[in-house]
Amino acid sequence: MIYLEHYLFLAAVIFTIGVLGIFLNKKNVIIILMSIELILLSVNINLISFSVFLNDISGQIFAMLTLTVAAAEAAIGLAILVVFYRNLGSIEVNKINKLKG
Amino acid sequence: MQNNLVHMLFVPEIALSILSVTCLMYGLFTKTNAFNKSINFATFSLLIITVLVFFDFSTNFAFFDNFFSNTPFTKFFKILTTLGAASSLIISKNYFIDTKINRFEIPTLLLFSTLGMMIMISSKNLMIMYLAIELQSLSLYVVASIKRNSIESAESGVKYFILGALSSGILLYGFSLIYGFTGHTSFDGIAQSLSQIDSLPIGLIFGLVFVLVGLAFKVSAVPFHMWTPDVYEGAPTSITAFFAIVPKLAAIALIFRFCLEPFNNFYFEWTQVIFFLSVASMFLGAIAAIAQKNLKRLLAYSSIGHVGYVLIALVASSEQGLKSASIYMFIYLIMNIAVFSILLSLKKSDSYVETISSLSGLSKSNPVISASLAIIMLSMAGIPPFIGFFGKFYVFIAAIESQLYSLAVLGVLASVISAFYYLRIIKGMYFDDLIDSSSFEFSISTQSKVILVILMIVISFFILYPSLLTDIVANIYL
Repeated sequence: MIYLEHYLFLAAVIFTIGVLGIFLNKKNVIIILMSIELILLSVNINLISFSVFLNDISGQIFAMLTLTVAAAEAAIGLAILVVFYRNLGSIEVNKINKLKG
Repeated sequence: MQNNLVHMLFVPEIALSILSVTCLMYGLFTKTNAFNKSINFATFSLLIITVLVFFDFSTNFAFFDNFFSNTPFTKFFKILTTLGAASSLIISKNYFIDTKINRFEIPTLLLFSTLGMMIMISSKNLMIMYLAIELQSLSLYVVASIKRNSIESAESGVKYFILGALSSGILLYGFSLIYGFTGHTSFDGIAQSLSQIDSLPIGLIFGLVFVLVGLAFKVSAVPFHMWTPDVYEGAPTSITAFFAIVPKLAAIALIFRFCLEPFNNFYFEWTQVIFFLSVASMFLGAIAAIAQKNLKRLLAYSSIGHVGYVLIALVASSEQGLKSASIYMFIYLIMNIAVFSILLSLKKSDSYVETISSLSGLSKSNPVISASLAIIMLSMAGIPPFIGFFGKFYVFIAAIESQLYSLAVLGVLASVISAFYYLRIIKGMYFDDLIDSSSFEFSISTQSKVILVILMIVISFFILYPSLLTDIVANIYL
């Protein structure tokens, strides 16, 4: 039998992987975009499992909205990345260093 | 029914969404460059929305099943937001044309993000709150990187996007935990189910902390401020002006409403977090700005410091705190519009002034401009006759009334440290010689000159008639 805790644990693990993916990644900005998607996915798992176990529909509606926003966010992220690539010819994380101080 | 449909057009948010779509359509279907007309249209529609918010047609109509709250507090912040957005468009029009980033997308996106901020301010449900935050920040990611041929602008866009998306993710994770442990997404429902328990379960504490972290990213409170200086420096100055002036207002209003509405009973849990954010922001804002050479970076650290002072009012969590925060944000808005209207029209050897050293010797060639800049800087530092003093004064009074003596003392200390870098700018303008022979050129449009003159009068002579503002703020409640 799978209980609510198992779903929550899964979501927490995916969320942690997503956050670590943003901070430990040294190579590529695309991986950061994938990590952001992972974070939003973990939230969806959370919302839907809560919604099922609470017997309340609003969690599922929230998950739908999150999915939509995640798609828009990925599109905008890729567009910004294209602009960045055209200027620099590379999307390596350690090349993002023009602005500091 | 017919009657209702007509009334609906007078609800500020609905009207603004129709106007922004109109602006987008106009830009798309015009053959020639639509920038001039669309920025005028955007400014005009923001002013209309200000009037609509002022007369408040929505109170008895658009509650949308308690998704929206409409109180004097939200009304005050909405008026500030729309006025701030309109004036930032007016002061930056010439800059856009001059630097050839005159695309109609900019006013359109700024309209959409203002719409997001207005919904953010009055959101009363976690879903609406999330959608509004995303609407405003997705538009802002795009405008940060709108100068497509500049590496700095693209880089600031990438940084803003990554950290903004991370913060939205964290915020959303917090929302899911709060939803799961209370069973509600509306503020009222959460408050109701929290009123039945004595202490927060561990899941709710995690949820609360995650949401506060996400909101701290949006108001750029330390330690979640990393994106602010980079984005301010990299984005075109006119966009930086918008970033500095408007989104902070909405995010501050939202963090106040989120802490004081659903979580009002669990004061001790969230004040610990906010206390730390506030002290860290004040001191980092004051100390890190000392080493800066770029004016936009310096203003970024200064805005981080200002957020720290406003959060003092949140820790006070009293009626007085709410009022002092409203006063502080009003004053912050005025000072930032004034300083950016100068930065956006001051040129030296055909490029806009961006570094502190390039201001040296300004008082010899442009005495009026340097005097105004000096007054604004003194006001930001909180030196008494000017308006900035009153913001800090009311915030510290609120802290002392809530027995937060340590916070008030720390605030004064940070304010003293921060005076150093504001005074350094004045020293550069008045006592340093011109580095090179190139002269300053100050070209400002009539509209922004009017705005600048009005703001300078308010900044300098507010002390003569402070009740003008305090009377308005006196009947603000959540």
